[in-house]
Amino acid sequence: MPEPSFLIIQSLNGLTLAMFLFLIASGLSLIFGILRVLNFAHGSFYMVGAYLTYQFVSLFINAPGYFWWAVIFASCTVALLGGIIERLLLSRLYLREELNQLLFTYALVLILSDFARILWGTEQLSVSRPAVLKGAVDIFGHLFPKYNIFIIFLGPAIALLFWMILNKTRWGRIIRAASLDREMLGSLGVNVNRLFTVVFMIGSWLAGLGGALVSPIAAIVPGMDVEIIIDAFIVVVIGGLGSFWGTLLGSVILGQVVSFGILVFPRLSMVFIYVLMAIVLILRPWGLLGKPSQR
Amino acid sequence: MSRQNWLLLLITLLVAGIPLTESRFYIFLGTDILIMGLFAVSLNLLLGYTGLVSFGQGAYFGVGAYTCALLMKKAGLAFPAAFLVSAFAGALAALIIGVFCIRLTKIYFAMLTLAFSQIIWAIAFKWNSLTGGDNGIIGIAFPPYLDSGARFFYFTLAVVVLSLYVLRKVVNSPFGRMLTTIRENPERTEFIGINVKLFQLMSFMISGFFSAIAGALFGIFNHSIFPDILSWPQSAEVLIMTLLGGMYNFFGPFVGTAVMLYLRLQVTSYTQYWPLIMGTILSVLLFFFPGGIMGFLQDLRVFSRGKK
Amino acid sequence: MILRVEKVKKTFDGFTAVNGVSFSLEERETCAIIGPNGAGKTTLFNLITGHIPTDAGRLNFKGTDITHLAPHRICRLGMGRSFQRTNIFPRLTVFENIQAAVLAHKGKGFTFFKPVTPFFRHETMEILERVGLRDYAETTSGSLSYGFQKQLELGIALASEPDLLLLDEPTAGMSAQETHQTIELIGCITREKGLTLLFTEHDMEVVFSISQRILVLYQGRLIAEGTPENIRHNPEVQKVYLGETR
Repeated sequence: MPEPSFLIIQSLNGLTLAMFLFLIASGLSLIFGILRVLNFAHGSFYMVGAYLTYQFVSLFINAPGYFWWAVIFASCTVALLGGIIERLLLSRLYLREELNQLLFTYALVLILSDFARILWGTEQLSVSRPAVLKGAVDIFGHLFPKYNIFIIFLGPAIALLFWMILNKTRWGRIIRAASLDREMLGSLGVNVNRLFTVVFMIGSWLAGLGGALVSPIAAIVPGMDVEIIIDAFIVVVIGGLGSFWGTLLGSVILGQVVSFGILVFPRLSMVFIYVLMAIVLILRPWGLLGKPSQR
Repeated sequence: MSRQNWLLLLITLLVAGIPLTESRFYIFLGTDILIMGLFAVSLNLLLGYTGLVSFGQGAYFGVGAYTCALLMKKAGLAFPAAFLVSAFAGALAALIIGVFCIRLTKIYFAMLTLAFSQIIWAIAFKWNSLTGGDNGIIGIAFPPYLDSGARFFYFTLAVVVLSLYVLRKVVNSPFGRMLTTIRENPERTEFIGINVKLFQLMSFMISGFFSAIAGALFGIFNHSIFPDILSWPQSAEVLIMTLLGGMYNFFGPFVGTAVMLYLRLQVTSYTQYWPLIMGTILSVLLFFFPGGIMGFLQDLRVFSRGKK
Repeated sequence: MILRVEKVKKTFDGFTAVNGVSFSLEERETCAIIGPNGAGKTTLFNLITGHIPTDAGRLNFKGTDITHLAPHRICRLGMGRSFQRTNIFPRLTVFENIQAAVLAHKGKGFTFFKPVTPFFRHETMEILERVGLRDYAETTSGSLSYGFQKQLELGIALASEPDLLLLDEPTAGMSAQETHQTIELIGCITREKGLTLLFTEHDMEVVFSISQRILVLYQGRLIAEGTPENIRHNPEVQKVYLGETR
């Protein structure tokens, strides 16, 4: 029986992972909720965010606060990229069957993944943690990185920020309405095209931010896009496509399952997360916190 | 015999002549195209004819490949028996998975098929003692009387032609017509007296059966199997081949496979960035040629109104 | 009595669409259901045809309890339906649309190895003739005009040789002439085949010209029932329709 302190560290690891999952999955869920597009390329935006952070860090390395500037620039660039893709390309497929949009996002995965390979090669890249967050703290006799603690606090902070935007601002109300009934919005005088682009940009920004923030603690390699998107799918399925709190819940659940699963059932953990996904889809397709009417 | 059937016969005879060229390259490519083409056509039974978007067809391909190889290597079963059993294994897997997936619609259906195929992939990946894990199964030999590239090519040709013959009959039958009405409008089909879910499940099983046949052939052809044939990027690639050829045409997927495999061979000899090319082709398809190659040709009236 | 609807109720997310509706239909009757938008007419149809499950109440068709029966089984018992938004098979030709319905009705769906084209040509052409679409047999149905699509819809419903035909707003979106033609056609077929007809409509002229009985639905409840004359002079009904001119 492992010591309690060890368990605590493991669950903190799980929470760290959960926060990254939350950033990406919430963007995915948002885009699906409003645009009804399951964006395969979301993992690619995450990857691009990480690579761009590496690039901006080397660019800004001599400036004070270079890491934070890099994160901001990287995530905003990804948002811009997302906006351009949505406006110029994706939107032309809206009138077609959903399969077309889905496949286009997959085409983006292929294209972006190779672009990353072309620009940055296949070697693993890394970014060092910002000075203020280097080092670790002692938690019950174990060392836990300060950077990870920052992430664990940042996650809920961003969740809170978004919750406030969704519930307290005009744009937020429009977005919530859009997820319930898109067609009505047009007749209420809302510029639906602009809404879609903005939502896609916000979603992409979240993914890019996730990638930017993960760059100091994860390997920046080709393949990180594919890895994260499947996890993101599992999160939104468990939590409920289109549900904000569901995404948070799903992220926490998956984060813990992965973190402990690797220890408890190393051989089965991989199978287990997919089994979990299948079970949720079979028994409760709309997820733990989604609504049945939202099909 | 109709004009179309004469054309098919001609093509089959031409293809049968490939081993006469004594080119190992063309025999190899030809076998590859035949096998993957069958896989694509069986996928299209679900996609183009029944309107079900499945991301997990790789599961049945993989089940067929692994079952055949394992039965031959570990159970010492003779090839014909192993081959038949793996086909039915594919149908059985499709039945089990299908029963759960059929209850869902559209995006949830797609996600569940993905989940199941990932489960099977993860099992193949981790169950080292049975499947060899990510080292796969290697050293799968040609069966005794098919022990050359050319002989196996002829065998594959025979199996694929027979399979396509059967599938084409099914697709052009009343059953096939019921599938297309389900594709067009499942709600309406329910109210002309059809148990839609039952028909979808049957389509699933037939598709699984032939995908498994393709998988079994694949395992022997490559003399090895690795778990990645079960992965979703593989399933996605076959999906793209199907779309490239045209999903509303029976032979479309076959044409798409041939074009794509040939292209891939050519491109990968120049550059490692095949995914980029594939992604671009897919995008061009989606924006400008939604009917794929066959759809495009039909629009040009090169072929008369093709079979739907 | 061919159809009996007993205290049927349906609630969606707290909103009660159909609230304890009861009525019955005699054979060969032509009955209209009217009511303002949102009164629950389409929901009621969907409950009768089994497309959505009831929360309470019973449904009895030709002596069989169909309350929990799947739509395709209900159809096989002899119910046909057209839908409000045209529900056809767009990529199939007009001929193939009807033929599919005939194939399904005759139970030939499980035939795997015979080519489909020659099946039931005669029966299909007959139906096409009946709904006036014989010249369009080889046209892709999705490219037909709205009016013709509605005719095709009727043809598909008829192919199931129903005893009870449910038509959801059969003349919606039609010009006066198209409406007249459609109603003539429906009336003809109904008499010919001895069908029981239950339909919803907004066009009051249509309703009053062909119905033998009218049911008035308002906010999920049946507020009036009777002959056209009775309904026309019913004060409740007039109140509900105040402001609606036709």
